[in-house]
Amino acid sequence: MKPVLLSGDEAVARGAHEAGCAVAAAYPGTPSTEILENLARYENVWCQWGSNEKVALEIALGASIGGARALAAMKHVGLNVAADPLLSMGYAGVNGGLVVVSADDPGCHSSQNEQDNRLYAPLAKVAMVEPSDSEECRTYIRAAFDLSEAFDTPVLFRMTTRVCHSKSLVVPGVPRDPAMKPYVRNTGKFALLPTVARVRHRLVEEKLLALEEYANTSPLNRIEWGTSREVGIITSGIAYQHAREVFGDGASYLKLGLTFPLPSKLIRTFARSVSRLYVIEEGEPYLETKVRLLGFDCIGKELVPLCGELDAGILRAAFLPQPSPAGQKEDAPALPVAPPRPPVLCAGCPHRGFYTALGKRKKSVVGVGDIGCYGLGVNPPLEGFDYSICMGSSFSSAIGFSRALAQSGDARKVFAILGDSTFFHSGIPGLVDAVHLGANVCCCILDNRITAMTGHQETPGTARDLMGNEVVPVDVVALVKATGLPEERIRVVDPLDLAATGAAMDEAIAAQGPFVIVSRRPCVLLKDVAKSLEGQWCEVDQKLCRQCRQCLKIGCPAIASKEGRIVIDDPVLCTGCGLCMQVCPFGAIRKGGSVR
Amino acid sequence: MSGREERNILLVGVGGQGTILTSKILSQGLVDLGYDVKMSEIHGMAQRGGSVSTQIKYGRKIYAPNIGPGEADLLVAFEKAEALRWFPWLRKGGILVLDPREIYPVPVLTGAATYPENVVESLSAVVENLRVAPAAKVANELGSPRSQNMVLLGALVSLLGLEGAAWKDLVARFVPPKARDVNLLAFERGAALVMR
Ligand SMILES: Cc1ncc(C[n+]2csc(CCOP(=O)(O)OP(=O)(O)O)c2C)c(N)n1
Ligand code: SF4
Ligand code: SF4
Ligand code: SF4
Repeated sequence: MKPVLLSGDEAVARGAHEAGCAVAAAYPGTPSTEILENLARYENVWCQWGSNEKVALEIALGASIGGARALAAMKHVGLNVAADPLLSMGYAGVNGGLVVVSADDPGCHSSQNEQDNRLYAPLAKVAMVEPSDSEECRTYIRAAFDLSEAFDTPVLFRMTTRVCHSKSLVVPGVPRDPAMKPYVRNTGKFALLPTVARVRHRLVEEKLLALEEYANTSPLNRIEWGTSREVGIITSGIAYQHAREVFGDGASYLKLGLTFPLPSKLIRTFARSVSRLYVIEEGEPYLETKVRLLGFDCIGKELVPLCGELDAGILRAAFLPQPSPAGQKEDAPALPVAPPRPPVLCAGCPHRGFYTALGKRKKSVVGVGDIGCYGLGVNPPLEGFDYSICMGSSFSSAIGFSRALAQSGDARKVFAILGDSTFFHSGIPGLVDAVHLGANVCCCILDNRITAMTGHQETPGTARDLMGNEVVPVDVVALVKATGLPEERIRVVDPLDLAATGAAMDEAIAAQGPFVIVSRRPCVLLKDVAKSLEGQWCEVDQKLCRQCRQCLKIGCPAIASKEGRIVIDDPVLCTGCGLCMQVCPFGAIRKGGSVR
Repeated sequence: MSGREERNILLVGVGGQGTILTSKILSQGLVDLGYDVKMSEIHGMAQRGGSVSTQIKYGRKIYAPNIGPGEADLLVAFEKAEALRWFPWLRKGGILVLDPREIYPVPVLTGAATYPENVVESLSAVVENLRVAPAAKVANELGSPRSQNMVLLGALVSLLGLEGAAWKDLVARFVPPKARDVNLLAFERGAALVMR
């Protein structure tokens, strides 16, 4: 077939399809999201979002036990959520091939940390494969399924942002039949009671020895001899590409694709054949530690940064004593500084209404945030909450936070804020405990009917699934009621109605103990919502405007202070949400578009 | 491809301006012309309005997909202030194509920051090869502000001497059917655009 330009994520989907993957599940997370979105377009594979990564991996492992080739995909921090099943599946092994994709994010392009998930492979005692471009994504994922079945192990398929989101040429292959393995009850393998687990642990250790033997000769691990054996470089993943770019054909490379268990013999052979040994890897000194354990001296993290993302320039600066070329003329005059351009809540975003109402009650509340679009509400001018740690942590941590504040005499009410997808992901247990323990917390669910931050994926609350089938939408409010929280402590409001939202907040502040506010309005970037808002906008009447700048405090990108006037000058950007109208004390803003 | 084996292009702008679509078409055209191509983008935030960049490398054989500071042969700024932000990525002697269109970021809208003045003048004192490409203006004249990116694509194809690929077919394939005609027109205008 003709080569096509595919991103790493697209190539993983292609490869999984070619490998006969029959079941795939994921929870969205940049940079992994497009794997399932693309895989869902192929025939013969059942692709679904799980409500979190643990559920997604468990859907996949169940399918594997049942005899299907199965894949689960997630971003790096998602694997923390799914670590429990991963670590025990290492003991159990598989029936149909099982591949777990972890998409790491060195540089924190869109994440709360830059953890290096290669360290999970030795902990979970599962094989690990690392591609370095899109074609390897396709071929290695096929190899990963074969490896999984041949060695009876789940395979951790570790990617990084630059592999996931870079496009390079791929030659599509011929898909294999998604043949099912027979399912036979086997409690000695899959029912991990202590008696079974003890036995399985020994078997896993044996399996890993066999895998390491294989890794020494696997085509996924290769030596590329250069024109010289002066410098030898051990590397994997995207770091291989950077090393290649900087050191070219002059150096020799041990390019590792099967990176757990690491091939000791192969590393020894390579290390002995070169005069100077470099280990070039992004993130933790994972390869370097092994090389040193084998007794070889090498240059690694003393020159290659451990923090952040690598690029060729960084390597050049670290290893080669020449400055990288500068783009400007000598003695150039200083340039003006570019203003910051942070991502902001969209014009018309329903979350802005919620934060605007909350902002009017700043003296009596403390906000606790979570991960999603509404996380942008921490920035000025909204400054809606004080901290956010990881998905789902707002409700649960607010229980302890409110306790601590009360103990030190701080009477402010804690408002814990998360989105609908986050609620389904891991917010529910926190709510259960808040209600059960009578925590003095207002749990707020910002229900915009979608997983917006990661590019608008379905949630358990939507009426369609990833494959486009009609499904049962799970009702957020019904779930809240099911905790037993009395109805007078539950409010459902439209966040663009500031008065109603504020009234609910006042009730929550007044009530001692748990309270729930469901702030409900769909994201304005949803296609049908955007369509229904076409032709609607607001405008400022310059005769009435007194320049009080109240409307600028809501941080809407459609309102500007330009040449001494307050204007809404882009009717396409403005959705006519009317929030600015509600905050203007002088009635200077009015609807300009056709009000339906 | 004189001397060096590869070319690095960096396209920068504001989310929603269509830099990614432009990069996709450009990359596909380069593949059709027989180059090895890698394109790298950073996305993942749903909202519009942030600073965005895509990087394209092409040549005989490409390894690393991303371009570091001082490595871009061609920097294409879809917005004026973004040219300033990304200028350090330009190689000495590289070309800067700049659309003088202004999009105010929120800190400027709220008065927390100011939009820089004399951007083109300052940059031309520093960059040897600065080309001003009023693509947004052309797109507005066509009654289709969103086709700014196709005007720039046309301009780039001419600038890089890449006429050999079936660019118009690619544009037609990649843009939404409803906007096909105006985007093709935008591409043509761009290809004929005189850049100062
Ligand atoms: C454990 C984990 N999984 C996935 C992500 C990626 N992620 C960040 S925000 C988000 C979705 C938030 O959706 P929602 O709560 O509905 O808020 P919205 O963005 O729609 O406002 C996801 C999946 C993450 N940061 N952590
Ligand atoms: S994508 Fe939707 S939820 Fe996210 S900021 Fe924009 S409008 Fe708000
Ligand atoms: S109506 Fe006001 S707040 Fe709403 S999008 Fe338009 S300018 Fe922004
Ligand atoms: S809030 Fe009203 S009066 Fe005040 S600056 Fe805005 S439009 Fe003018």
